[in-house]
Amino acid sequence: MMHGLPETRLRDPLLKVENLVVEYSVGGRTVHAVSDVSLQVARGETLGLVGESGCGKSTLGRAVLQLRRPVSGQVVFDGHDLVAMKGDTLRRMRRRVQLIFQDPIASLNPRRRIGDIVAEPLVIAGVTDRAEREKRVREVLGAVGLDPGLVMGRLPHEFSGGQCQRICIARALILNPEFIICDEPVSALDVSIRAQILNLLEEMKARYGLTLLFIAHDLAVVKAVSDRVAVMYLGRLCEVGPSEQLFARPAHPYTALLIEAIPQPDPDVRPPQSVPIGEPPSPISPPSGCRFRTRCPKADQRCVDEVPELVPIAPDQLVACHHPNFG
Amino acid sequence: MAVLDIGIDTAIVSPVRRTRRLGILFWLAAGWIAFIVLAAIFAGVLLAHSPTDMDMLERRAVPSLVHWLGTDALGRDELARLLHGARISLIVGLCAPVIGITIGGALGILAGYFRGRFETIVVGSMDVLLAFPPLVFALAVTAYLGQSVFNLTCILGVLGIPAFMRVARAATLSLAEREFVVAARALGASHARILLHELLPNVFLPLLAFFLLGVAVTIVVEGALSFLGLGVPPPAPSWGSMIGEGRESLEIAPRLAFIPAVTMFLTVLSFNLVGDTLRALTDPRQGAL
Amino acid sequence: MKAPALLSVEGVSVDLPTPRGNLRAVDQVDLKIAPGQTLGIVGESGCGKTMLSRAILQLLPKKAKLSGRVMFDGQDLTRLAAEPLRKLRGRALAVVFQDPMTSLNPVLTIGSQLIETLQEHLEFDASTARRRSVELLAAVGIPAPEQRLSQYPHQLSGGMRQRVAIAIALSCEPKLLIADEPTTALDVTIQAQILDLLAREQRRRHMAMIIITHDLGVVAGRTDEVAVMYAGRVVERAPTPVLFKKMRMPYTEALLAAIPKIDAAPHTPLPAISGRPPDPTRPIQGCSFSPRCRYAMSDCHQQKPALVEAGPDHQYACFHPIHATAEACA
Repeated sequence: MMHGLPETRLRDPLLKVENLVVEYSVGGRTVHAVSDVSLQVARGETLGLVGESGCGKSTLGRAVLQLRRPVSGQVVFDGHDLVAMKGDTLRRMRRRVQLIFQDPIASLNPRRRIGDIVAEPLVIAGVTDRAEREKRVREVLGAVGLDPGLVMGRLPHEFSGGQCQRICIARALILNPEFIICDEPVSALDVSIRAQILNLLEEMKARYGLTLLFIAHDLAVVKAVSDRVAVMYLGRLCEVGPSEQLFARPAHPYTALLIEAIPQPDPDVRPPQSVPIGEPPSPISPPSGCRFRTRCPKADQRCVDEVPELVPIAPDQLVACHHPNFG
Repeated sequence: MAVLDIGIDTAIVSPVRRTRRLGILFWLAAGWIAFIVLAAIFAGVLLAHSPTDMDMLERRAVPSLVHWLGTDALGRDELARLLHGARISLIVGLCAPVIGITIGGALGILAGYFRGRFETIVVGSMDVLLAFPPLVFALAVTAYLGQSVFNLTCILGVLGIPAFMRVARAATLSLAEREFVVAARALGASHARILLHELLPNVFLPLLAFFLLGVAVTIVVEGALSFLGLGVPPPAPSWGSMIGEGRESLEIAPRLAFIPAVTMFLTVLSFNLVGDTLRALTDPRQGAL
Repeated sequence: MKAPALLSVEGVSVDLPTPRGNLRAVDQVDLKIAPGQTLGIVGESGCGKTMLSRAILQLLPKKAKLSGRVMFDGQDLTRLAAEPLRKLRGRALAVVFQDPMTSLNPVLTIGSQLIETLQEHLEFDASTARRRSVELLAAVGIPAPEQRLSQYPHQLSGGMRQRVAIAIALSCEPKLLIADEPTTALDVTIQAQILDLLAREQRRRHMAMIIITHDLGVVAGRTDEVAVMYAGRVVERAPTPVLFKKMRMPYTEALLAAIPKIDAAPHTPLPAISGRPPDPTRPIQGCSFSPRCRYAMSDCHQQKPALVEAGPDHQYACFHPIHATAEACA
């Protein structure tokens, strides 16, 4: 049985996740956070990973960095399997892959000054020259739109959410990483600030030649920054494809549901008529077969018995469904 | 008009000027502590009398110019005894929690960070220590090793370790999953670096506040043990033993029990007040609106 | 012509003393809502929308000073004594908050919270209250309502808890429901369900509703009128279609433009608003939005614009509005 993506599609992906399974126990019960997920991210692209709460997207992001160890599967970054790495080798590898979090203020140590926080990666990487560190900190703070002179000596609580997120981005960039995982980077920010930070991420990506994995629950935000989008539901991938294509013609019923449920800031667009049924089941006891079947109007016996595989349905678009919307 | 505007963001939320003045109570408390500490240090130099010289003719004398606070049941100068007692109380009161904060604090942070079997062992052994009746423990140690300030400090220090361990562990547990710690791990920081640079600065303040509380409690406990005759051996004065001795003279000269009691009360209260105020002031989050 | 207002907020200001000086959280707000109408209040953090809702409910923190009038159903809530006010809240005036985990008592069962409300306000006896609770839970779409009565909030999902909170709010047939960010903490598919539920119940009960949110998408299809707040003031107020199509206030335009649209192509640069929402403890001279406004001129930095009429029920506060016609320009 073939898992994962057809090999011909992406040549030389920077990141290749294969059959990743991440589970952890909560109060004696096992949460199946990520179940057999495979995806690839090409150099220089932004892959959006979207899904609602409990779908496992954040866990996947952390599992890629080995902040949460997977139960099985591989995470191949630039040819090296991160799952098999430990200790110092892993720590050195981590410098090439950085992470930006949802809550920018909580991501900064409240008792350390911004200058020290942003310089921290350099210290860990062994840059001992203080002047050199300061130079690079100033450079990167300027790149993210902050005035280093005003910012370096202060503590995180003196800044707003948007400014803190800029600081976090600066910290992520200072080692010139190749890959950045953004875990809900704008969800905690005000609407008017979100656009600033999204623009900033795009600019940084262009300037530093980055590859991004952009995790979010807001489809419009994901679409705005991503080349390709992967949709997750309850630990499994539902659909993967180029942004424009996926949103224009979603093949998976869940994707269609998500798109329809987005409240549009346009009074002429009527609120969705087909209201989604029910609530997502718990990842502790996910449904058998297709996990979306409990809320899917098309579900039948095959969906109960058989786990749908990710198969190509259109050029570059893959879907895991027995009854996709087309094809 | 779509302009790629990342927006240079220069406005800073400047910190609250500490317009909350340290209240009058804080200064009174700090003043008292300073006074007691200085008096205890310079007791030998300043005082005319020794705390152990007995003047049988002047027993239970009322305060006079010769004896500023009078004398006790054995004719010893009250003021001298009070200040020498202060020495004992402060030495034990400050040193014993130091043992607690260093050993207990370290164990707590490590247990809270590493979790797993190490944590279970640490917590379990601390529970055993806590379950041990402190008085029996004190009795046993003093019976074997004798009564002395050093032994007393060690006993009280060891008995305080579980409490510090719990405070440190609780603080670490709540911090270890916070995003800035995960961020440090994501940067490839070693465990030592995370413990020292990320966790310790944040755990330190709750521990310090608890330390000052521990000082206050230790002074009281030392007083209680000395009251029972288990603390510092006579004739060395201690506030607790002074209260104990003053018990016999309650009808004739109640001041003999009250003066050391009031002094201990004020000292303990002052440590609590100072500790609490310092904790409130140095919490960076308190400053932001 | 128009039904008499059920709720009329007149010149309401809320001042909060802080270590940094006086904070004007709400500045001279006027709002009206008729029975059965839905008003959306939109704004970002710090704009004062939550304080405004608290002011309406008379649930402000003790230190806060309220000026102005809040007329509800003919009564001035600011002048009402504690007891009649308490009777009004929960009964004629109901609230649904953002986080159902904190608005529901975690140590009481769902049933007891519902039944308590019913018994308190409508003076039902226990069995009637119980029956009515089951009906309410079913009406808000909770499956197996009888079992839920004996469950605790933490045993339910976020969406379910919010439904329970709505059931409690609706239990006494309120005339006005204030929903303060009711779906912000919920997933988008659940959000759609909850908003639909609110709309349905509102239609059935001919209830007035105020939806407070930062999400313009939420108000677009579901409100009759929208008020946009910025730095404690209402900067634009209009019937919903008018606001989205013919807005006057540059902030409204900028806010709409800054939202990523689902039908835009990827990597379209977003017209961001530079700067940040203002610090409420540092009032700016002149229009609060002027530091960030593309169209700002010198007079914008000097004086605060007052609300002017652009049409029936359409007001805005700007010296140089957009889509300005010749006579409307200041």
